[in-house]
Amino acid sequence: MTFASIVIQFLNGLAGASSLFLVAAGLSLIFGVTRIVNFAHGSFYMLGVYLAYSLVETFGRSYLGFWGGVLLAAALVGAIGAAVEILLLRRIYRAPELFQLLGTFGLVLVIKDVVLYFWGPEDLLGPRAPGLRGAVTVLGKSFPEYDIVLIACGPIVLALLWLLMARTRWGTLVRAATQDREMVGALGVNQAWLFTGVFALGSFLAGLGGAIQVPREPAQLFLDITVIADAFVVVVVGGMGSIPGAFLAAFIIGQIKAFCIGIGDVSVLGFGVSFSKLTLVVEFLVMAAVLVVRPWGLLGREQAQPRASGEAEAPLQPFGPSGRAVALAVLALLALLPLAADAYTLVLLIDVYTAALFAVSLHLLMGPGGVVSFGHAAYFGLGAYGAALLFKHLALPMEAALALSPVVAGAGALLFGWFCVRLSGVYLAMLTLAFAQIAWSVVYQWDSVTGGSNGMPGITRASWLAGSVAYYYLAFAITAAGIFALWRAVHAPFGYALRAGRDSPLRAEAIGIDVKRTQWLAFALAGAFAGVAGGVFVFAKGVADAQYLEIPKSVDGLVMILMGGVQTLLGPVVGAVTFTWLFDAIRRATEFYRSFFGLVILVLVLVFPAGIVGSLAALRSRGKASP
Amino acid sequence: MLPHAAGDSGDALLEAEGLNAWYGRAHILFDVALSVRRGEVVALMGRNGAGKSTTLKALMGLLPGSAGRRRFAGAEIAALQPYLVCQLGLGYVPEDRRIFTDLSVAENLEVGRRPPRPGLPAWTPERLFQIFPNLAEMRHRSAARMSGGEQQMLTIARTLMGNPQAILLDEPSEGLAPVIVEQMARTLKALKAEGLTILLSEQNLYFAREVSDRAYVIEKGRIRYQGAMADLAANDEVRQAYLTV
Repeated sequence: MTFASIVIQFLNGLAGASSLFLVAAGLSLIFGVTRIVNFAHGSFYMLGVYLAYSLVETFGRSYLGFWGGVLLAAALVGAIGAAVEILLLRRIYRAPELFQLLGTFGLVLVIKDVVLYFWGPEDLLGPRAPGLRGAVTVLGKSFPEYDIVLIACGPIVLALLWLLMARTRWGTLVRAATQDREMVGALGVNQAWLFTGVFALGSFLAGLGGAIQVPREPAQLFLDITVIADAFVVVVVGGMGSIPGAFLAAFIIGQIKAFCIGIGDVSVLGFGVSFSKLTLVVEFLVMAAVLVVRPWGLLGREQAQPRASGEAEAPLQPFGPSGRAVALAVLALLALLPLAADAYTLVLLIDVYTAALFAVSLHLLMGPGGVVSFGHAAYFGLGAYGAALLFKHLALPMEAALALSPVVAGAGALLFGWFCVRLSGVYLAMLTLAFAQIAWSVVYQWDSVTGGSNGMPGITRASWLAGSVAYYYLAFAITAAGIFALWRAVHAPFGYALRAGRDSPLRAEAIGIDVKRTQWLAFALAGAFAGVAGGVFVFAKGVADAQYLEIPKSVDGLVMILMGGVQTLLGPVVGAVTFTWLFDAIRRATEFYRSFFGLVILVLVLVFPAGIVGSLAALRSRGKASP
Repeated sequence: MLPHAAGDSGDALLEAEGLNAWYGRAHILFDVALSVRRGEVVALMGRNGAGKSTTLKALMGLLPGSAGRRRFAGAEIAALQPYLVCQLGLGYVPEDRRIFTDLSVAENLEVGRRPPRPGLPAWTPERLFQIFPNLAEMRHRSAARMSGGEQQMLTIARTLMGNPQAILLDEPSEGLAPVIVEQMARTLKALKAEGLTILLSEQNLYFAREVSDRAYVIEKGRIRYQGAMADLAANDEVRQAYLTV
């Protein structure tokens, strides 16, 4: 690299950092005050891009039309954010973090379909800004004029935000509420409007971050997830709730991305390494490294424990004699099912079984462990790809490849879990998500080994398992055994230690339980069983696909648990069955299945926060209590 | 139920009746009844865990799990959110101070600022600095760099910025050096002279006796005694039973 090209990459990095900062500052601001991690923040960015595209297409030939369109788009997104806060979030401020995250993820799905409906699936590239269509020459290389304006945007917005926060009463109240919102309420401030204002401002910043990208990058439907993943990284690296932290982190990440793209393909020790493809991996590696050294981010500070901790969870009950009898009856029924069911039902049931095992394994972490994982799909995918790679590249027999899938996934979970259990709460959830994104991007981009976006076809079953009835029985047996083993673990001393660590980490430590180590083991165990589910799944489908590791797959597992009820044993199973069946039905019924599904999530979060099994149990105990 | 002292309820500024409260499933307050007249300083005495702070939080609307009648300045406040209770003129000074340590002293006061009440002189930072002279010297200092006593003064001053008619003052003497406690007693007497009504939770009998007109004694969530402060101070039996450790 010459000096000139280094300078150009540096400027590119600054231009990229501006939008990243705007989005992350909004996310950080919202989190600071409301304690909500807004998954839909990337969707607000995407809305900003699309709205600005339409407005600039219509009015953008003049200076006023272009910049007015950009600002109007951001203002519209701000208004949408305010509406979302009033209609949805106000109802879930007291809900557990997981519900809030899932609620906003429901919003992601709805917004995606709204954008698809109004703007269609094609990429849309807006016109360039009037008066800024050319390029300037920097050290003999050309650099777009518009990007210079972008570079200026970041510091300008940072300065304006600083003035707002430091010099106005509203900013003082926001800073006070970030620290202790209940006290601010007791001093006579109506938090509801403060929260709405903060949410509108944060959404406005996300919309603005998107809108100013219109002349530079096309509007695309996948922007929501890529942007939210980037924004998470920036906010977590900078420190949750810290705007200067977001600026610093956006600068670092922007530079790293620009230089990775600038380096391009090089040869290291004879291996071809494509740095431009590594951007995603590299930024998540930066995040993992920062979190290990500074768990609260570069400029963040330790989060105070919430003042009013929730009620202690009721102890889990093992099945009684009648429960066992019902379980055996259900098992017998399922074992006899192939005599009556058609092939489609059997295939769907295999999906249900793998989903159930996946959900129960995640539940070990979430329920008894109290550890919210947003990246459980990583272990499902590691199991699937582990089996597929062993089968294709090492030519292992199918049975051996399947048997090794939990080993691959468990090893991955041991590695990732070692970092994750060092953190807690939202940071831990973000880190699990980061590791899942790393695993996904490696699978998605390593064409020569994993087949990249095409996936790996030809993952065929051994001849004795080729028929759907035979494979049904295998999936059935493995799932039943796996769920049984996980439930045993919950009721073993290991499970007691895990639950003790969840309910009172300090007291658990005081009686000699190594809480972190127990959680780490739970990670490995949950990962291994998710890997089994992935292995069974990949041989059922005959193809390994990068979708298995995507964020939506992780969220599927969370929704299954939420549907069934977090603090029940049976919940994840009931949830997995309901979810898989419902999803299959919706997907066959409508093109806009995502928004339908998103609405289902929102209804669940708002109306049935205890899930199906939890709500039934609450009804039953209410029935018992009444005279 | 305990008999009410004569004339208790008629001109009460703040009163509670049949007040019950729960933390989760644990029942903490049992049919607490108390009233505070305009201009009075009333002490709610009791040991650690007796239910003093819980009573004040329930009055302020800070406890989701509470039931019972609560009235302030003629309005029913049981169903109101804390910010509305505060806007009616009932201020809250928490036990653990809950200073905004990210903010300066002046900014802490700004968060508490509310419009003045008709007919009453409004509190301004300058007027408060006369009562709390220590704060004047550190108005631009970060509230994180203050001593416990200074923070206690700031948290009272911050609540006064809302121009309350009455304040709920939760254990103001806790954790303070004796000389600061004396200063605090002088301050409360000065505030009383300004016409402020105070419901004070306290363990420190000597401090409470200095500033209070009447007292309630609470134990295990139930009011066990009520009467004039001087009577309580003279009543060895009650003190032995409910106050001394």
